[in-house]
Amino acid sequence: MSKLIYLDNAATTQVNPQVLNEMLPYFTECYGNPSAIYDFAAEGKQAVDTARKQVADVIGAKPEEIYFTGGGSESDNWALKAAAEAYEQKGKHIITSKIEHHAILHTCEYLEKKGYEITYLDVDADGKIRLEELAAAIREDTILISIMAANNEIGTIQPIAEIGRLAHEKGVLFHTDAVQAYGHIPIQVDEMQIDMLSASGHKCNGPKGIGMLYIRKGVKIRSFIHGGAQERNRRAGTLNVPGIVGFGAAAALAMHTMEERRIKEVSLRDHLIERILNEIPYSRLNGHRNDRLPNNANFCFRFIEGESMLILLDQLGICASSGSACTSGSLDPSHVLLAIGLPHEIAHGSLRLTLSEANTVEEMDFVVDELKKIIERLRSMSPLYEDFIEKNR
Amino acid sequence: MYSEKVMDHFNNPRNMGVIENPSGVGTVGNAKCGDIMRMYLDIDDNGIIQDVKFKTFGCGAAVATSSMATELVKGKTVQEALEVTNKAVMEALDGLPPVKVHCSLLAEEAIHAALWDYAEKNHITIEGLEKPVNDISEKEEEEEY
Repeated sequence: MSKLIYLDNAATTQVNPQVLNEMLPYFTECYGNPSAIYDFAAEGKQAVDTARKQVADVIGAKPEEIYFTGGGSESDNWALKAAAEAYEQKGKHIITSKIEHHAILHTCEYLEKKGYEITYLDVDADGKIRLEELAAAIREDTILISIMAANNEIGTIQPIAEIGRLAHEKGVLFHTDAVQAYGHIPIQVDEMQIDMLSASGHKCNGPKGIGMLYIRKGVKIRSFIHGGAQERNRRAGTLNVPGIVGFGAAAALAMHTMEERRIKEVSLRDHLIERILNEIPYSRLNGHRNDRLPNNANFCFRFIEGESMLILLDQLGICASSGSACTSGSLDPSHVLLAIGLPHEIAHGSLRLTLSEANTVEEMDFVVDELKKIIERLRSMSPLYEDFIEKNR
Repeated sequence: MYSEKVMDHFNNPRNMGVIENPSGVGTVGNAKCGDIMRMYLDIDDNGIIQDVKFKTFGCGAAVATSSMATELVKGKTVQEALEVTNKAVMEALDGLPPVKVHCSLLAEEAIHAALWDYAEKNHITIEGLEKPVNDISEKEEEEEY
């Protein structure tokens, strides 16, 4: 099989061809700057308005509460830094979790250097925060709670509505990084009492380089990118019209196909999980068995290291990812896998497979069959496996 | 990311396996940082390395450097083997990405650890060989379970 099997949809997704078609006119035909007065720019402006509504509808927000950004990382940076600044008078305490994306964690580290105090909540073995721990962490001077909707590595979905309720009971702002969850699982900002939400176009079959921050009306955070008066004075920079149109089209598509996709992806995912856990010894599933993103499967295979596995999969045309140190560019394996309590040695042997509705059962079977051989081969080379077999002889 | 030679040694590792009753065996690295190398040596009465085998837990570069290191010491004298540096291993592989240089250091240390074991078993001193510090046995107790 020389065909590409793409199982890294948590990294990025393919732009849906229909989405691309909707974007194309805004490169060469309707290329006017939507801030301009003349008629030629009107169509672009109209398209941005439509897209804003499409993006808002997915989470039950009002269009005027959507602010387009350059992507998920910018949205996370903006939400945290601007909220910290805006509510400084109230206090300098922020609560987040240990398994957030680095766009949140590194921003928190930056804020710590600026004199803010951050509480990093632990998670349980499935990767969920404990609500009682969150409740106990809220103080008089807490200004913001930022907890991701779903984890990018292990797929675990957090109890967002309960977090929102807790935050609002105590009068604390609630931001959620929904980059992985947006368009994949139902999120309603009112019902879940979310004040700010980050999302990104390219994680739901839209283009790269476009994201958004939902800011509930009444939340007073200032501009992060200074310049022109775009986005109601809150985010300067000429609007990325094709990107916004693409994000809107992808959002609309994601909303309408969510349930149908979920059923298909869950069935593929569960097939993959069941076969791997049944057929590959010393393997484990990371993340919650049920409360996880429909397309996410994450495993650890003992006695082997992730990068070696990825290279061998790549040679078969299978795109996957790992939380091993060798793939993170540092000496430590994924902070998420360590936070759920895995020892370093086991965390190094992780494999994340994030599928899409375009995948097939045949592909899943091919991946499992090949993975069995790869793991057997790497274990035959592993001194850890040799020691383990010796000890249990 | 990797040179053709690294990929070749990763895909077709030379001398992978175990030597029963080896003249010397050494294991370096630790599971915490994600690389463990074990080197087995079969050394004859004339101090010639007749056979060498390795086992490695680690990334593509870790496997390739172990494999290349075994090729570089096979058939050599103990003294010659001692002179196989990480630089020699890297050069033989047409280079490594900067973040993977530590893998070649580990390969050098694995050879030294196996030679140290050989020297201890035979109550001899190998000139220029220092006690390996990166031995896995010393770190095992630090592992968290």
